[in-house]
Amino acid sequence: MATLEIKDLQVSVDTEDGPKEILKGVNLTIKDGETHAIMGPNGSGKSTLAYSIAGHPRYNITGGSVTLDGVDVLAMTVDERARAGLFLAMQYPVEVPGVSVSNFLRTAKTAIDGEAPKLRTWVKDVNEAMDRVKMDTSFASRNVNEGFSGGEKKRHEIVQLELLDPKVAVLDETDSGLDVDALKIVSEGVNRFKESGDKGVLLITHYTRILRYIKPDFVHVFVNGKVADQGGPELADELEANGYDKYVSAAV
Amino acid sequence: MTITKESVASALELSTDRVDSHLHPEGSFDVAAHEVPTGREEVWRFTPLKRLRGLADDVAFGTGTLKVDVDSADGVVVEQVGADSALRGSSGLVPLDRVSARAWAAAPDATVVRIPTEHVAAGATVLTISGTGIDTLAAGHTVIVAEKFSKATVVLRFEGSAVLADNIEIVVEDGADLTVVSMQDWADDAVHHSSQHALIGRDANLKHVAVTFGGDLVRHDTTAEYAGPGGSVEMLGMYFADAGQHIEHRLFVDHTAPKTKSNVIYKGALQGEGAHAVWIGNVLIRKVAEGIETYEENRNLVLTDGCRADSVPNLEIETGEIEGAGHASAVGRFDDEQLFYLRSRGIEESEARRLVVHGFFNDLIRKIGVDALEEKLTLTVEAELAKNVLKAL
Repeated sequence: MATLEIKDLQVSVDTEDGPKEILKGVNLTIKDGETHAIMGPNGSGKSTLAYSIAGHPRYNITGGSVTLDGVDVLAMTVDERARAGLFLAMQYPVEVPGVSVSNFLRTAKTAIDGEAPKLRTWVKDVNEAMDRVKMDTSFASRNVNEGFSGGEKKRHEIVQLELLDPKVAVLDETDSGLDVDALKIVSEGVNRFKESGDKGVLLITHYTRILRYIKPDFVHVFVNGKVADQGGPELADELEANGYDKYVSAAV
Repeated sequence: MTITKESVASALELSTDRVDSHLHPEGSFDVAAHEVPTGREEVWRFTPLKRLRGLADDVAFGTGTLKVDVDSADGVVVEQVGADSALRGSSGLVPLDRVSARAWAAAPDATVVRIPTEHVAAGATVLTISGTGIDTLAAGHTVIVAEKFSKATVVLRFEGSAVLADNIEIVVEDGADLTVVSMQDWADDAVHHSSQHALIGRDANLKHVAVTFGGDLVRHDTTAEYAGPGGSVEMLGMYFADAGQHIEHRLFVDHTAPKTKSNVIYKGALQGEGAHAVWIGNVLIRKVAEGIETYEENRNLVLTDGCRADSVPNLEIETGEIEGAGHASAVGRFDDEQLFYLRSRGIEESEARRLVVHGFFNDLIRKIGVDALEEKLTLTVEAELAKNVLKAL
């Protein structure tokens, strides 16, 4: 049981010309078992929403609220949010030199669960999670994301998603830069996660392509820092056919 | 412009005249030939001279203030020889500065480590050099000779309190494979000025490792030249400068023979008010040194405010007929994106910082590849982190 509730969220970033408002009052409720797709043109604030939920220090929350099961998420540190059950799959996963994937995964799992995973089953769990996304298990001894291809980085994000097993996953353009095979592998991973329990998924994407593999319950069109339209999966089809033009011109 | 014979000659790279540059140093055994530094000289400009406690001027050296404990590997010969031993100077070391020249003149004897021809030593030979105080200046001399086709690891471990100026000579004869670790594990008040010179024979390999954690002021000049083609030197360094500490590593690889290789990687972390790290990486590729390959790199991780890291790579190339030459240098703070990524997976900030710093050094520790040291280095990083970075949170 988990509900992520975003109410009138306003976010700005500091620029050389002073603060710039990016999110201008976002309302969104993701109940357990629901998959929401957020679609929108470049620069509409989709990624800002993802990073603001995760607590990236670059983004200043100027108004509104985010709660997970009624608990104030915005008051939590980045790591507290993760331990509360939020997960952000990043568009550009970060390289961490000198830290092995296996050490990273074990440290993260220990932090999330509050206790170290049992050694015997853990190694098996990691290997299986990597197998499922067709990552060679040799990646476990490599440094986190270092020298990984774009597709390998995204698959590594899915491995983390499955192992850390959050309540709500925010996927920030996880489909970008993936060829169709990798897209299927990643999508299957997200679907497994969805089916593993009453999980919430917030799927941020620029393209409708991934929605052929991950069926959303709701589609929100994001333009100029706000939700401009919302509907069921059929809205994605309409966007596929007509693009964002009508929303963009309406917003100007 | 008047065209003279001289300028044409230099334009055509025909000149064999000496070049006036610190990359073409001319040493001297004569102390008087080295003026007392003022701090304005290129090679002294980073060093707080006052804290050298007289090493660079005229304060007399004492005797018997240092103890050397030897734990030698089977078949490796360690002995004390007189200051008049012919082994002194066998590496081609000629003092490049006043401290080195003074140490040369004052050293009462020399410690010689000899790995006999074709001997492959199991385990490391460890010389622990320990001091008991900073009231007396000490001068030291060590010669490490890896004879032809031998293989060994020699660790020089410095600890305790001392004001030490030493010359360390490393001779790697043809086909030999030698690892030398100079580990500065000094007490907080120690001062150490070390001139380490290596002569690398034909097809010989030297791995020189400098690890500097302790001391008030540590300044090391490590230089290498080649006695024949095909030689290779790897210089690895790791340092952790705490509040008030001055740690200076000056490297110079002189490619004096063709088909030689050099690879220099130094990494350091700095924390606390007044922590100062200096890294100078000089490489000279002489005209004769065709087909060589060189790379030098220095990375600094600044953990707190109030630190200063100077990082200066210099590369002088007198022939274009080489395989490759490059360098990289960086001084950076914690990468916020790395910390965010780790924390977004539930890892607490202190743990995330610890992971990033360990990660920063891990590749280097693996490269150092001396089993006996690996755990010690990892633990030292941990201890250093506990002092400041993790406490501040």
